Amino acid sequence: MKITDDSPPVLTALDRPNSYIGRSVPRPNLQRLTQGRGQYVSDVTLPRMAHVAFVRSPHAHARIKSIAADMAKKSPGVIAVVTGVELAKVMTPWVGVLTHLKGLKSAPQHPIAVDVACWQGEAVCAVVARTRAEAEDGCELVEIKYEELPAVTDPETALDAKTPVIHAALGDNLCFERKLDVGAVDKAFAESDAVVETTFMFGRHTGVTTEPRAVVADWNPSEQRMTVYQGTQAPHMMQNLFAKHLNLAEHQVRVLTKDVGGSFGIKVHTYADEMATVALSKLLKRPVKFVADRIESFVTDIHARDHRIKAKIGVSKDGTITAFEIDDLTGIGPYSVYPRTSGIEANQIVNLTGGPYTCPNYRAQAKVVFQNKNVMCQYRAVGHPIAVAVTEGLVELAAAKIGMDPLEFRRRNLIADDAYPTQSAAGLKFEKLSHHEALAHLDSMMNYAGLRAEQKALRAKGIHRGIGFASFIEVTNPSAAFYGVGGARITSQDGATVKLDAQGALIIHSGVTEQGQGAEAVLAQCVASSFGVSINKVRVVTGDTDNTPYGGGTWASRAAGIGGEAAWQAGKALRGNVLAVAGAMLQAKPDDLDIRNGIVVDKASGTERLGLDELARVAYFRPDTLPPGFQAELMATRHYVPRAWPFAFTNGIQASYLEVDTDTGFVKLLKHWCVEDCGTIINPQLVDEQIRGGVVQGIGAALFEHCRYDERGQMLNGNMADYLVPMAVEMPDIDCGHVVSPTADSELGAKGAGEAGTAGAPACVMNAINDALRPLGAQPLTDMPFTPDKILRALGKV
Amino acid sequence: MKPAPFAYKRARALEEAVAALGEHADARLLAGGQSLIATLNMRLSAPRLLIDINGIGGLDGIALKAGKLEIGALTRHAQAERSEVIARHAPLIARAIPHIGHAAIRNRGTLGGSIAFADPAAELPACLLALDGEVDATGPKGKRTIKAADFFKGLFETALGPQDVLTAIRVPAATKDTRVGFAELARRHGDYAIVGLAASARADGKSFADVRLAFFGVGATALRAKKAETALASGNVDAAVAALDLDPQDDLQATAAVKKHLAGVLLRRVAKQLMEARP
Ligand SMILES: Cc1cc2nc3c(=O)[nH]c(=O)nc-3n(C[C@H](O)[C@H](O)[C@H](O)COP(=O)(O)OP(=O)(O)OC[C@H]3O[C@@H](n4cnc5c(N)ncnc54)[C@H](O)[C@@H]3O)c2cc1C
Repeated sequence: MKITDDSPPVLTALDRPNSYIGRSVPRPNLQRLTQGRGQYVSDVTLPRMAHVAFVRSPHAHARIKSIAADMAKKSPGVIAVVTGVELAKVMTPWVGVLTHLKGLKSAPQHPIAVDVACWQGEAVCAVVARTRAEAEDGCELVEIKYEELPAVTDPETALDAKTPVIHAALGDNLCFERKLDVGAVDKAFAESDAVVETTFMFGRHTGVTTEPRAVVADWNPSEQRMTVYQGTQAPHMMQNLFAKHLNLAEHQVRVLTKDVGGSFGIKVHTYADEMATVALSKLLKRPVKFVADRIESFVTDIHARDHRIKAKIGVSKDGTITAFEIDDLTGIGPYSVYPRTSGIEANQIVNLTGGPYTCPNYRAQAKVVFQNKNVMCQYRAVGHPIAVAVTEGLVELAAAKIGMDPLEFRRRNLIADDAYPTQSAAGLKFEKLSHHEALAHLDSMMNYAGLRAEQKALRAKGIHRGIGFASFIEVTNPSAAFYGVGGARITSQDGATVKLDAQGALIIHSGVTEQGQGAEAVLAQCVASSFGVSINKVRVVTGDTDNTPYGGGTWASRAAGIGGEAAWQAGKALRGNVLAVAGAMLQAKPDDLDIRNGIVVDKASGTERLGLDELARVAYFRPDTLPPGFQAELMATRHYVPRAWPFAFTNGIQASYLEVDTDTGFVKLLKHWCVEDCGTIINPQLVDEQIRGGVVQGIGAALFEHCRYDERGQMLNGNMADYLVPMAVEMPDIDCGHVVSPTADSELGAKGAGEAGTAGAPACVMNAINDALRPLGAQPLTDMPFTPDKILRALGKV
Repeated sequence: MKPAPFAYKRARALEEAVAALGEHADARLLAGGQSLIATLNMRLSAPRLLIDINGIGGLDGIALKAGKLEIGALTRHAQAERSEVIARHAPLIARAIPHIGHAAIRNRGTLGGSIAFADPAAELPACLLALDGEVDATGPKGKRTIKAADFFKGLFETALGPQDVLTAIRVPAATKDTRVGFAELARRHGDYAIVGLAASARADGKSFADVRLAFFGVGATALRAKKAETALASGNVDAAVAALDLDPQDDLQATAAVKKHLAGVLLRRVAKQLMEARP
């Protein structure tokens, strides 16, 4: 007799009967947002609400000699004109430092400049009026006398003895410096068969969120409470900061964040004008609204990526990378941004460069200097696009130098898939990555051999196409190692509370926030699956410090991996509680029961026993019928924080296929691929769209976006016509592929996916351009963005 | 980004608009608003009165009259884009219009506004110049017609007086010998061009007559490249490129050297279009 195994396949904890994990369910907020029923801060109107507009410094560096407000105060509708000195009595200044970035220093920053304005665009005076238009009219009437001071703009000379020091008390213009030297770098270079050395430049750019920064602050003197409606990624962090600098206790501050029109890291920082708005509400005892317009967004939303990196790679003839060396210099504006600091990007570059490869010899130094330009801080994929472009740029230059195919070169150097756990030369700890599997997947997905053949055939016809790659690693799901250990009150844990309503539906409160990326969908999927209801029975509430569990919010690709796990666990806990009630009602063992599709069933047979609506009815309205001493607990909270690993690293590889018009220097993007490994994929569509959106922002960096300044610190292209955001017509189709290596740190196993696209795209576009132009004898292009101007110059056409 | 306060008047008739312009020294006509409103919101200008001409009837016709195609000032870009009459009788304009901004802008922006605004990087002024067209304007002294060659005076400066309303543009209708070419280079589709070229010519056996090359984005106004026109008339593209005597300035989009280089590239591409059969 043949024995057949008819037991069900071994299931992981995620394979629940009606699991939504791994399914592209539409986001619950889709209807609301597409029907124009979102609740953005820009939409908030409160009784007695006033609007503030700011007079901003036209100079990059200037002493404020006098502010004459009489005319402005008489302007129709104006309620108050407030200077930095006056507001300093309401709100204390802040200093953007973290103790674990040793030596990092910065100067106290006020909500409105006091005495000296340090960048073009810094708020110098506030005008509060009945409408924004009247506030702007008032701004035109404020007379400010400035004494222009020399502007420090070039990072290269910021530390020279003859360069003025921006903040005298700091002694010099150095914000932060880091050095790292691992292995035997000099020896390795000396023994290399080839060494490639070049300088990479990265243009300053910014996030350009669809909805600009917006805040409505409402001080209620009767309750001594401040309610702040704010488009932010981190409501609890902001609650702490508003309280701290208004000298209030945290419980006196409530931050409400409903819909947010995109953030990309722009909305996770302390902005002087938003702090000023909150302080103004306290001062004036009425609601005050500030919505940044595009002009002020360009000169006040954080910028990022302004780095100059001298870089060097050594290789042996067989294609082994022997050493990496980088020297990073970045100018971050006049203040380190509070509270995450402006040292993180450079620090990340030092950490991440060379990260995918086995090479043990690595030396890095980074200098972060002050300058009189808008502040720089963390924007989507912080440091990654730079570290990846430097690493992958060097890798392809080295491969070309020794005449090796760039994919083959990577195969010889990427950390082996069976080498985990391991760590990089810089000391990053990797739980499980899949570089080789991802590369193999990409190779076949793009039909690499076929593309090379096509490239060759077209080359003969004078059509110059290029193929470029970028392997990458991405920091996600940060533990307390990121900020907490540095003394910042930025929590890395997150919580979720799930409750059963009186008809058997669920409401989840989560500490992560929805920025338009789909966090609400992920939370609903996790809870629906672990608890056992259909997703349309789950309502998600986020963004309310009075009502959601204490949490970090959305940044560093943490919402799904951390917030999702908390939601998963909370749903599971509530299932246990509900089954306890069911057990009491049915006189069954809770362990023998399960919840499937909103119905309590026999776990073994699947036989339906009890609807959740009936269970809720009894628990809430007839608890007298339950056994004596039994108390139904129909609300459960769980928190989660990664503990085993400082970060859940993800990995992947991208490729770009493009054509360079060698007559015009124009680049036509033909196709883009990304294979990434974010562990468990909760919602494939959301992951793919995160990747695609991220790739587009990376392409922006490579080809279009650039905050251009003149030598006096004036931004030249701060508007939507002259600052080129990537637009749909120029974007290629972006194909996504996946390898799945779940993290064992959580039951869900999800890592982050929000920044991988941005991390790798600039590098592979750069490599593809250089691949296209190499046979034409062009100097490799390493100065982003790659404009027609630069390409024509590289080709010697102009 | 809110405009300074202004008064608003909706004109019902041409005469009313002209009169209103006379009554207020600091008045501005409002057509599609796609250029004007942006400058108001950025407080780059602050007129006291906006005179809305969108309510004036009869300013949006497209008609063939005595061998010429007349297009009313209030004709929207989108309307022109879809017009079969324009496609047939003014193929150069039909080719140029899809390059103007984006669909939303073309839905509101008007041909008259575009010509009156005279942006040096705009497509339509160059088309008008290349087609040797003309402009109708009505002022306090009545109606007059201005040749395109006399219309564009300088940066955002035209022959329109402070009380003039542009009512129509007129171009010779294309014949079977008409050849047109159009190309522009913009970083993103819909952006104002770094450099653009609108061209027309009359096929004359193997060579060309009446070659008109109007470059845009390379000077204070759209510019004819007359030496290159002469060279191209004899069919010598290399000589035409060599004869390009444009003198562009550096701007945010490109350096002067790049603009000059790109103008040459465009000339070759447009010359090729001219040599091909009439589109
Ligand atoms: C994002 C964006 C991109 C754009 N891209 C392009 C582009 O690539 N190419 C391009 O050519 N344009 C572009 N435009 C401008 C667009 O084409 C405008 O519509 C056009 O330049 C002006 O037309 P309008 O009807 O909107 O005029 P308005 O903005 O209403 O007026 C512009 C000026 O012309 C005057 N005016 C208008 N009509 C008359 C008239 N009949 N008589 C006298 N004076 C008049 C007004 O007083 C005002 O000074 C773009 C606009 C935007 C917002």
